[in-house]
Amino acid sequence: MRLLVVEDDPVLQDGLSVGLSLAGFSSEVVDCLGDARAALAAGGFDGVVLDVMLPDGSGLDLLAEWRSAGVTLPVLVLTARDQVAERIAGLDRGADDYLGKPFDLEELSARLRAVLRRSEGRAAPTLEWNGLVLDPARMAGTQRGSTLAFSRREFGILHALMERPGAILAKSMLEERLYGWQEEVESNTVEVHIHKLRGKLGADFIETVRGAGYRLAAP
Amino acid sequence: MISLRLRMFLILLAATCVIWLSAFAWIHQSTAAKVDRVLDARLAEAARMVSSLISDRRIDVDTAIAMATPSEVVEGYSRQLSCQIWEVGGPRLAGSAFAPQGQLAQADGFGTNTVDGVAWRVFSVMNAERGVRVMIGDSMAMRERLIADVTRGLILPSLAILPVLAGMIWLGLSGGLRPLRRLAGDLAARDAVDLQPLDRHLPPELSPIQSAMNDLFTRVEAARERERSFTAFAAHELKTPLAGLKTQAQIARRGDEAQRSRALGQIEASVDRTDRLVRQLLDLAAVDARSSAEDHVPLSTILRDCVQMTETLARTRGVTVTVHAPADTHRDPLLLGAALRNVLENAIHASPSGGTVTIRASSNCIEVADAGPGIHPEDRPRITERFFRGRRPKAGGSGLGLAIARTAMEKLGGQLQLCPATDGGEVAVLRFG
Repeated sequence: MRLLVVEDDPVLQDGLSVGLSLAGFSSEVVDCLGDARAALAAGGFDGVVLDVMLPDGSGLDLLAEWRSAGVTLPVLVLTARDQVAERIAGLDRGADDYLGKPFDLEELSARLRAVLRRSEGRAAPTLEWNGLVLDPARMAGTQRGSTLAFSRREFGILHALMERPGAILAKSMLEERLYGWQEEVESNTVEVHIHKLRGKLGADFIETVRGAGYRLAAP
Repeated sequence: MISLRLRMFLILLAATCVIWLSAFAWIHQSTAAKVDRVLDARLAEAARMVSSLISDRRIDVDTAIAMATPSEVVEGYSRQLSCQIWEVGGPRLAGSAFAPQGQLAQADGFGTNTVDGVAWRVFSVMNAERGVRVMIGDSMAMRERLIADVTRGLILPSLAILPVLAGMIWLGLSGGLRPLRRLAGDLAARDAVDLQPLDRHLPPELSPIQSAMNDLFTRVEAARERERSFTAFAAHELKTPLAGLKTQAQIARRGDEAQRSRALGQIEASVDRTDRLVRQLLDLAAVDARSSAEDHVPLSTILRDCVQMTETLARTRGVTVTVHAPADTHRDPLLLGAALRNVLENAIHASPSGGTVTIRASSNCIEVADAGPGIHPEDRPRITERFFRGRRPKAGGSGLGLAIARTAMEKLGGQLQLCPATDGGEVAVLRFG
């Protein structure tokens, strides 16, 4: 899951980017409305974490602008003023969820998973395919009674594939899911992680579509 | 304080009473004059009638007197007229029933005489043919009683009307003061947070009050808005570093060794920044609480303290601070110290590693020049607003430093000017008034 994080405090920026990566998200961090607009226009995000007070204006104004422009991405708003009136204002201007500062990273991750899940039209917290039940909250899965643990990047790839079973995901799309904006991408990482996943799930769980990418094999 | 209604009521009532009393006095005077004139005319007429009746001797003196002075009692006004006939220079020939024994008049025409202790108004006429003098008199007491009766007849109904009039004045005032009560009612029914202007259609006497109140509402609303935005900003500025600290602490607990070490470094940086923010909030409160310069300390001491306090910051960032202060004056250490320290910290933050911040003090200003990129032109107009952070400094300033410096300089009677330097940096000028 790739998130756009709009936050201007450098320490919190870093905390969000590292903390979200620990929870299996990759994120791109920007620190003002102008950069957020540009990043969103470039695309490739599944959701947005938005601070309200930014150097060049209010995050809520940007949110309203996005909503009126037809942007349907799930948006979680972070604010210092966690009062009922503020929450109502935020939700009414198009936020999907609201979290007051300071917040718990686990709660932030759980709420993000929930809004992302709903934006995909799912209510169940787990994903199922071909006998594998994947639990994004624990970054773990169960297959035929046995529990499987995944590394952060293995989970990222598997999660992306299981969100759209049958669809072919290009290697570049998977890389985008794995890495933040400024992270260095190693050339064969995706292949390495696919190999490890096949070792855990069975060699024929993920298919390679030559020249196109990867997809989950039909049961 | 006596109520407005009672006050107006008493004034109106007193005015009414004064007008009435003057009217009564005037009525009394004019009635007395008119009664005197009418009765005098009657005296003269009666005297001439008696005189003519007795002239040709067909009617004797007593009958003539009886004809001129009716003996029956009318409404208590008995014995109104008295008639006497005296021989000229001789004895009394005749008199009416209640006439006094003494002679009513000595001369012809009108006169007011006291006879036997009673005051009389007399008209006397000489009958030359008979050689007698006919005198007709009115008792003055009778006349006064008549006038008093007429006046009383006017006053008594008026006195009976007075309470009714008072009641009507009272009710009239209530009606007249209704707009004032409505205005008071509007204000009393208002919610404490409702600062919408009043827009009642009011009489001209009350509309200045309404517009003065609306003006006050506007000012209170503006003050509250400022306070609200300050609170919102302060909450954001204090809670954001807390959020940063919390996330970094959670990362330190859950991440690997490298992540833990990095998170601890972030925590340290965040604590330093929060410390600066808290110090700036305290500076701001201290500067706000001062109204003008109170102490006087040599400028060299203030400069030395400020440079000392920013020494660690300058060293960490690899920035050199140089001071040129030839002249020494005395300034308020709290206000100038706060202004200078914040400007200096900003300059050090803005300067790249290896850069130099130069302080030049003269008798009327202190210049702090940095080696940074300068303030973004679009940020310039708002740069000294509280909590306004420009887009250039990514070091995470609170947006308070220049606001504190500006406020402190204004309290010193001077000003803070920010102008781009010729070599690219920014020069902050603390100018004294």
